[in-house]
Amino acid sequence: MDIMILINALPGAAAQGLIWGIMAIGVYITYRILDVADLTVDGSMCTGGAVFIMMMLNGSNVWVSMAAAFGAGMLSGLATGLFHTFMGIPAILSGILTQLGLWSVNLKIMGKANQAINVDKYSLLVSLRFIKNVPFYKNTILVVALTSVVLILILYWFFGTELGCSLRATGCNDKMSRAQGINTDFCRVLGLMISNGLVALSGSLLTQYQGFADINMGRGAIVIGLAAVIIGEAVFGKVFRNFGFKLLAVSLGSIIYYLVLQVVIWLGIDTDLLKLLSALVVAVFLAIPVWQERYFSKPVKKGGNS
Amino acid sequence: MLEIKNISKTFNPGTVNEKQALRGLTLTLKDGDFVTVIGGNGAGKSTLLNAIAGTWKVDEGQILIDGVDVTKYPEHKRAAFLGRVFQDPMNGTAATMGIEENLALALRRGDKRTLKPGIVGAERKLYRDMLAKLGLGLENRLTSKVGLLSGGQRQALTLLMATLKKPKLLLLDEHTAALDPKTAAKVLETTENIVNQDHLTTLMITHNMKDAISIGNRLIMMNNGQIIFDVEGEEKKKLTVEDLLHKFAQASGEEFANDRMMLTN
Ligand SMILES: Nc1ncnc2c1ncn2[C@@H]1O[C@H](COP(=O)(O)OP(=O)(O)O)[C@@H](O)[C@H]1O
Ligand SMILES: [Mg+2]
Repeated sequence: MDIMILINALPGAAAQGLIWGIMAIGVYITYRILDVADLTVDGSMCTGGAVFIMMMLNGSNVWVSMAAAFGAGMLSGLATGLFHTFMGIPAILSGILTQLGLWSVNLKIMGKANQAINVDKYSLLVSLRFIKNVPFYKNTILVVALTSVVLILILYWFFGTELGCSLRATGCNDKMSRAQGINTDFCRVLGLMISNGLVALSGSLLTQYQGFADINMGRGAIVIGLAAVIIGEAVFGKVFRNFGFKLLAVSLGSIIYYLVLQVVIWLGIDTDLLKLLSALVVAVFLAIPVWQERYFSKPVKKGGNS
Repeated sequence: MLEIKNISKTFNPGTVNEKQALRGLTLTLKDGDFVTVIGGNGAGKSTLLNAIAGTWKVDEGQILIDGVDVTKYPEHKRAAFLGRVFQDPMNGTAATMGIEENLALALRRGDKRTLKPGIVGAERKLYRDMLAKLGLGLENRLTSKVGLLSGGQRQALTLLMATLKKPKLLLLDEHTAALDPKTAAKVLETTENIVNQDHLTTLMITHNMKDAISIGNRLIMMNNGQIIFDVEGEEKKKLTVEDLLHKFAQASGEEFANDRMMLTN
């Protein structure tokens, strides 16, 4: 086990962590703010990549292509939102339906199961080739980090607006929200759209980074997203109270996840087992608050309402 | 102010759980009426308030608030006219949001939610003043999460939220029932103060007959999805708990079989 191999691999892992961190922020919006586990992300990650790569291959500008990917992600969120609100299907199932449908959509967009893009022929914003030996302003880690900070600032602003507050209220207590005149269905749909827009944007960055889009690229994204959210809260929960910092914690959580993953791979674990490991780790972390409540909480005094 | 014309509501129609909770109920409230609503468990009191609030659509009949036919309005749109406080203190506030954030949501009831800031500095003085009037010390805890408050504090806050933007109609559904007696009395006193000060038209469900008699200018008794007794003014003031029990037995043809009610005589 050559430590240099690990050290050489870490910057790439950090870049991937940052890219997936944007996806994880999308998951945070649905899972923590809207209080729904949205499985659309496993499909919309690839939708973002597919839309991005086909637009690039057809001569669009990188920014336009990324904006289109964001828009396509929002449409995926809209589909899930309408399944859930207009058609009354439970949120989890709505996400699964969209995810399944997106499989076909993604294949149709790309025309086949994967598409490659050559960083030498197209001017991409990020790439695994831009990690070392490039001017610092082209460095992928810096570019994605800046992108993440800008997105976090925009989200911080948005969730402080009247509309953003009503989204948070909807996720917290929907009976109360409707009593205060908030259109909770609209808020749910909007939240799902913003979330999946971010996920697809992350997909478009990942596609640039790895130089291809693949029909399987989003598989298990929800688990990675949850892992990032949970790690971020576990590590930074005590120090980051401000909403903007909570989003930053998600991004950092994702980086930690990829760094740890890199170490595990370096240690020589069978990579076929990685998804199983991730699933188990996330399951245990999801269980911790439940166990704390069930086995370790002090009995609360009954009554005592004053 | 409020006109309810012949509304009916059946839950779970066509199943073994079918339940007709409102049967052709008609009720008209005048501007400034403060009406207490009593009746046994399952009489349809909450259902009446939910019908007005638009929790679901009624099967037939019409509901007009201040002359506007709201029968087909969804719940969030009717909220523009209504202030509501529920029985469960958990229901009326957003626990993970701060006290001032909750109040800011309430101040914008009925308005379009825009991209303007969700709360602006100038509002805070208003909130502090209003909270100070509750006398619970909340005026110094504007940014505290509501989840940290006690049931009584949350219920008082909900009451403030329901009336911060003056509603056409205030709907209170046993809003003191989950509180201990001392806190309940305090919240009830606050309720009377706010209602009297702002001359709010109010429907208040209570299981306490003494309160039902002493508070407000009008009393209605419900049974089996209908109003079986409706009295106001001087006549109401002269009522006794015995009168009400008698009235109930007379109109419904059965004894008042509600333990909770008997206990609070
Ligand atoms: N959402 C609902 N679904 C089914 N049945 C309901 C619902 N709400 C109320 N009911 C039934 O309607 C009847 C009246 O209930 P309610 O209005 O809550 O009575 P109360 O006078 O005690 O407030 C009860 O039999 C209750 O079980
Ligand atoms: Mg009730």
